Amino acid sequence: MIHQFDTIIVGSGGAGLYAALEASCKSKTAVLSKLYPVRSHTGAAQGGISAALGNVEEDKPEWHAFDTVKGGDYLVDQQAAKILTEEAVQAVYDLENRGLPFNRTPEGRIDQRRFGGHTRNFGEGPVRRACYAADRTGHMILQTLYQQCIKNDVSFFDEFQVVDLILEGTVCSGLVVVELATGELHIFAAKAVLFATGGFGRIFKITSNAYANTGDGPAVCARRGIPLEDMEFYQFHPTGIMGLGILISEAVRGEGGILRNRDGERFMERYSPTLLDLAPRDIVARSIQTEVLEGKGIRGDGKIDDYVHLDATHLGADVLGTKLPDITGFCKTYLGINPADKPIPVLPTAHYAMGGIPTDTDGRVLLDKDGTVVDGLYAAGECACVSVHGANRLGTNSLLDLVVFGRRAGLHIADYVNQAAMPAVDESDAAGAQSWIGRLTDGSEGPHGGYISDEMQTTMMEKIGIYRNERDMAAAVQEIKELRQRYDTVRVQDSSKQFNTDLLELIELGNLLDLSLITAESALKRQESRGAHSREDYPERDDDNWLKHTLAYLDGDEVRLDYKEVDTSIWEPKPRSY
Amino acid sequence: MQITIKIQRYNPDTDEAPYYQEFTVEADPNARLLDALMDIKRFQDGSLGFRKSCAHGVCGSDAMRINGTDGLACKTLVKEVAEEDGDTVVVEPLRYLPVQRDLIVDQAEFFAKYRAIKPYLINDEPVAEKERIQSPEERLQFDDSTNCILCASCYSACPIPEESPAFIGPAAIAQAFRFLADSRDRGADERLPALDADDGVWLCENHFKCTQACPRSILITKRINQTKRMIKEHKGEK
Ligand SMILES: Cc1cc2nc3c(=O)[nH]c(=O)nc-3n(C[C@H](O)[C@H](O)[C@H](O)COP(=O)(O)OP(=O)(O)OC[C@H]3O[C@@H](n4cnc5c(N)ncnc54)[C@H](O)[C@@H]3O)c2cc1C
Ligand code: SF4
Ligand code: FES
Repeated sequence: MIHQFDTIIVGSGGAGLYAALEASCKSKTAVLSKLYPVRSHTGAAQGGISAALGNVEEDKPEWHAFDTVKGGDYLVDQQAAKILTEEAVQAVYDLENRGLPFNRTPEGRIDQRRFGGHTRNFGEGPVRRACYAADRTGHMILQTLYQQCIKNDVSFFDEFQVVDLILEGTVCSGLVVVELATGELHIFAAKAVLFATGGFGRIFKITSNAYANTGDGPAVCARRGIPLEDMEFYQFHPTGIMGLGILISEAVRGEGGILRNRDGERFMERYSPTLLDLAPRDIVARSIQTEVLEGKGIRGDGKIDDYVHLDATHLGADVLGTKLPDITGFCKTYLGINPADKPIPVLPTAHYAMGGIPTDTDGRVLLDKDGTVVDGLYAAGECACVSVHGANRLGTNSLLDLVVFGRRAGLHIADYVNQAAMPAVDESDAAGAQSWIGRLTDGSEGPHGGYISDEMQTTMMEKIGIYRNERDMAAAVQEIKELRQRYDTVRVQDSSKQFNTDLLELIELGNLLDLSLITAESALKRQESRGAHSREDYPERDDDNWLKHTLAYLDGDEVRLDYKEVDTSIWEPKPRSY
Repeated sequence: MQITIKIQRYNPDTDEAPYYQEFTVEADPNARLLDALMDIKRFQDGSLGFRKSCAHGVCGSDAMRINGTDGLACKTLVKEVAEEDGDTVVVEPLRYLPVQRDLIVDQAEFFAKYRAIKPYLINDEPVAEKERIQSPEERLQFDDSTNCILCASCYSACPIPEESPAFIGPAAIAQAFRFLADSRDRGADERLPALDADDGVWLCENHFKCTQACPRSILITKRINQTKRMIKEHKGEK
């Protein structure tokens, strides 16, 4: 079946819904999402959204921009960071005006708290910049935006999974989509397509990300010749629940929580004397891993899965109950402990993709290092790389990225589709997707995907993790290549058309394998340490050779790498200490 | 430990009626029931149909009936539903909503009832300040109701739809309350028709099943009773 819309938004997390609100005012818009909108992983975001409102102490967008650039180890495009932090203030007021129930100060204004790497006056000390709704800020953003979409009568196609992109040269003309309920393949012709498909933490074994976070948007783009930017920069959040990876927000440390090793020592004093537990995430995650490997984890066996303690007992049941209720609940449910009485066992967890589909500050997708635009193709949110997060994202800057750049992309699309012609598509555009699905469902014998997925996640976790080196990464590239070959023999066990989740998960596995390969290759080639990419064999940042963004092209079984300039027009790169 | 999971299966392509199938799995008592279901799906039978996403109780995908009680598979630990080796856990789809496949139900009606109460802030007054001012106490009035993840556990737990399938249901009322009790909202007149209707709030008989089922600890029954009072007061004012 062929459908026609001016605008198609793929994904109904914060980025997709915000773009949909803007685009649907002025163009015929549909939102496609493989999940019901309110199930999107934006709903899992806990700690806050940053904006220099200055409600509780002095703050300025300029300080916020500087922190973002320094936090990203100078791989951030600085004009983009300026836009992010300047538009942040209005974005947060706008969310409040649309109904978001932020926590309040005694004067009734939006309350703000501390978060890692956010400082006053260019690094003097922590600043209260994160606006929050208890520890369910993302849930409230997702709910509020979905509610606004209901109010504005936005059209949704729920449980429609995009599997391919239709490109004519450098013009986007539509999408190929599987409908979960019927198994039908649909073609959507559109003047503009926005990918807002979120993250892909599921390439790793231990992650804070949902099952649905399989990077479909970036993988689909990569297979159609669009490069992916800075994929080697994957953030491990310092504090996931031991063994499960469920996130314990930085807000716990923002409210005063302290990391301790087996001697009870506040070890961050040694790694980050100024910001302590509120140093940026890459630094805290490395510090934890170093403690653990030196035998100072709680068990003390030096093994990689040993853990440290996040101590929130001194915050008291009251603060935990009003400001961190969900996290208190997670600890009770999954660990059987009350964080008011006992420290929380934590370990870094794969969390956030700094890299993704390259875009400009209006969300337009870029094809190469010269900035050639793919007409009609947009990306926003975690799947995109503007780049405002550089080599390491600061906490609370992602939710901000969703609303600022989701909105900007939506506005640009509304103008663009007014002057663009409706592209021509036909059934033959689904041929690629048909042959993929045809192979997975041809009824012949083949292994199931479970083991391949397991091995991929283990390889990525062990070899492309927090600390990296040449030997491990080269081995990872090899292993992923072999897994991709085995993937060619995989077959579904479910032969039905209706609600065939088996098929859709195998398609997702294909996406994860492609992204694993691109991530591993990009990481292997970058011979320096910067932000989240830290190499034992190249421990220093090397601005002379590596102050540049990676652009990785997927060419069949190989990955071709190119590089593009970083915008450093405001602040000159400096050594990074906290 | 080793447990048996007895799952209600149904495939509209091939089955006349639902039936039960048993799977044996090795499960850590501290693991989530969802982990055990994933184990079955990944290593035993890829055709098992259920929804899931976040895996820690915040997205509302995997509400189902577990040993006859409604809740989230990812927020239910194995040890809560199986005490010892060899125990059986019965897993079925939510009630009242049409089964589409195995544990997957059609949520259209649930969401239609939610939309009927106009679940968005209604206030056309110009914003005088940058943010609308709201005191911490005012915000606290509706705090717990903003927790809702629209999982429909309460909807399935409620006994009222057995007799009155058109009942708007606990979640929709709790969400109406979320706005009615928000000091910034002006939408009472617009929401009232859906709530004050024959299928609205008055059908609730205070069984408390919704409150017991809610994985987000919302005091749903209390919120429904508050909503009833607000409707009476609002009508009295006129
Ligand atoms: C546990 C956790 C806590 C976090 N806390 C914070 C925080 O406090 N502050 C902060 O700033 N950031 C936080 N983050 C990061 C932030 O929440 C995410 O980066 C952000 O929400 C991603 O939003 P998104 O709109 O890009 O994607 P998502 O919300 O993940 O949405 C993706 C959408 O794409 C759809 N989709 C995906 N693939 C397809 C396909 N093939 N076809 C159709 N639809 C598809 C999905 O259905 C979904 O609707 C947190 C992240 C996690 C995991
Ligand atoms: S009120 Fe509770 S049980 Fe009902 S839908 Fe919301 S979260 Fe689920
Ligand atoms: S999988 Fe999200 S609530 Fe259970």
